[in-house]
Amino acid sequence: MESQMKVLVTVKEVAVVQDGFEIAGTEIDDTYLSYDLNEWDNYAVEEAVQLAEAGDDVEVVAVTIGPERSEETIRAALAKGADRAVRIWDDAIADAELLDVETKAQLLGTVVEREEPDLVLSGVQANDDNFGATGVALAEEVGFQWAAVVNALDTGNVLEEGVASVRRELEGGVEELTDIDLPAVLTIQTGINEPRYASLRGIRQAQSKEISTWTIGDLGLTEDVAESSLNITAMYKPESESDAEYFDGDADKQAAQLADILRDKEVVAE
Amino acid sequence: MTVFVVADHRRGDLRDVSFELLTAGRELADAAGTDLHAAVISGDTDAFADKLNREGVDAIHVVDYGEEFNHDVYAQAATSLVENLGVDFLVVPNSVNGLDYAPAVASRVDWPYVSDAVDLGYVDGTLEITREMYGSKVETTVAIDDGPVVVSIRGAEWPPAEGDGDAVVSTFDADIDEDTVGSTVTGFEEADGGDVDISEAEFLVSIGRGIEEEENLELVEELVDVTDAILSSSRPVVDNGWLPENRQVGQSGKQVAPDVYLAIGISGAVQHVAGMKNSDTIIAINTDPNAPIFDIADYGIVGDLFDVVPELIEQFGGTPPDI
Repeated sequence: MESQMKVLVTVKEVAVVQDGFEIAGTEIDDTYLSYDLNEWDNYAVEEAVQLAEAGDDVEVVAVTIGPERSEETIRAALAKGADRAVRIWDDAIADAELLDVETKAQLLGTVVEREEPDLVLSGVQANDDNFGATGVALAEEVGFQWAAVVNALDTGNVLEEGVASVRRELEGGVEELTDIDLPAVLTIQTGINEPRYASLRGIRQAQSKEISTWTIGDLGLTEDVAESSLNITAMYKPESESDAEYFDGDADKQAAQLADILRDKEVVAE
Repeated sequence: MTVFVVADHRRGDLRDVSFELLTAGRELADAAGTDLHAAVISGDTDAFADKLNREGVDAIHVVDYGEEFNHDVYAQAATSLVENLGVDFLVVPNSVNGLDYAPAVASRVDWPYVSDAVDLGYVDGTLEITREMYGSKVETTVAIDDGPVVVSIRGAEWPPAEGDGDAVVSTFDADIDEDTVGSTVTGFEEADGGDVDISEAEFLVSIGRGIEEEENLELVEELVDVTDAILSSSRPVVDNGWLPENRQVGQSGKQVAPDVYLAIGISGAVQHVAGMKNSDTIIAINTDPNAPIFDIADYGIVGDLFDVVPELIEQFGGTPPDI
């Protein structure tokens, strides 16, 4: 049975750096890293699930590029309402220092070609590498239309007209209203919705949902897809440029000094 | 060899980053010993070309097609420029529009793409791009050995180009294929105005992720009350729906420049700083001594807002709420 619509949502497990971290060479030691679902992707998952809830028969498939550890992140998406998931991983990917945009677009593109979704939702950017390019590059790879930095999507138009009517969040509080033909990739901005927390029932159900794991070979690609022309040659903590005057002491002393400044600047009347 | 920059404009005006691109492009062109060309696509191209004709620009190409930004038009035009004019480095803004077409151009011409550069260097034939990772906690240098690249630059990292130029201005026929334009811009809207204009305030108390819970807003509301300040916020507070959009300071919110900006529990991400760095006096309260907000602060308190703000309320004769 063909579903009314299929939505693919790309999710990424991102590394979060702990305070006091150390850099060794061009890497941060694993002991200073924890892992979480990319903030932007959390909104993309929610948007996909809301589409599924608004439609009669909408299938939501989550796809990630990540090691076995990232299944925890994928399960989080499944617990929120995605129907099943695809995880791409390969030794050749593990060996790559930096996955460039083209690599991600090719890997995800192969999944798009197999799954044939009507709509792909992808976070605008990732907390860790901050590239902000995967969604648009993926659209280009598979010949879909696209829109970047979407902060509103008209669900009804997607389901009934096959058109994505979106708002793109431009700088300075201005929004662009744009219609995009499907199939399309939308890159989702934070704030587009209120991401839910997974319910206990959702978490339980997620345990039995399917996660298929594909290697580069399974996707019909060769290992050179993971090759990159980008090299990270240095990694360092940015030098603090602070020349602030700091207020020391306990909170009451700090507050007293701050209050003096506010009075001095005449922004607070006594 | 040529360094090629593509200007950014909206609703009749070139955006500031367009002039910063000229500076970044000229520096790279000098280091690589090449010319700097600029392109402007759509809109009032003659007027735009005139304004972009600043010192150090060797040539300007105008693509006269449509009024406003459309990513299909930009992607086609930029690809055609790259393929026909011997471009080696395509430098574009890491703006919302840059995000919407630059990755597509890189893919079409099969060049690597590196986004959000804060510095560019060219050493012995290698382009070195400085960019941030992990929410500005780390800077990296990304090197591209040989061959061309598409790179986007962060706004406000380079000064705007100045001085009159003597660039040759010419029209470029990008031969846009209308059948492949699958997106239609139907209009623009300003974000909700609401009752308060934070850009007019003299004293802003601004709250960020550090507030943790919606209920805790009561604490800063009391501070705002006793000091007659106006309340604003960084993005996460608005994303959570705790404050309306018209309170958001930053790249996608309002630009503000009050006499005093008191940033409470705001880390100072670049998008936020872009909206408030012109404030006369900046004071920051944050638990993380390495928070980037301290880089631009005049006064700093490294401490917990839940300790400091109640004391501050008492300084002005108020009573901190129980939270």
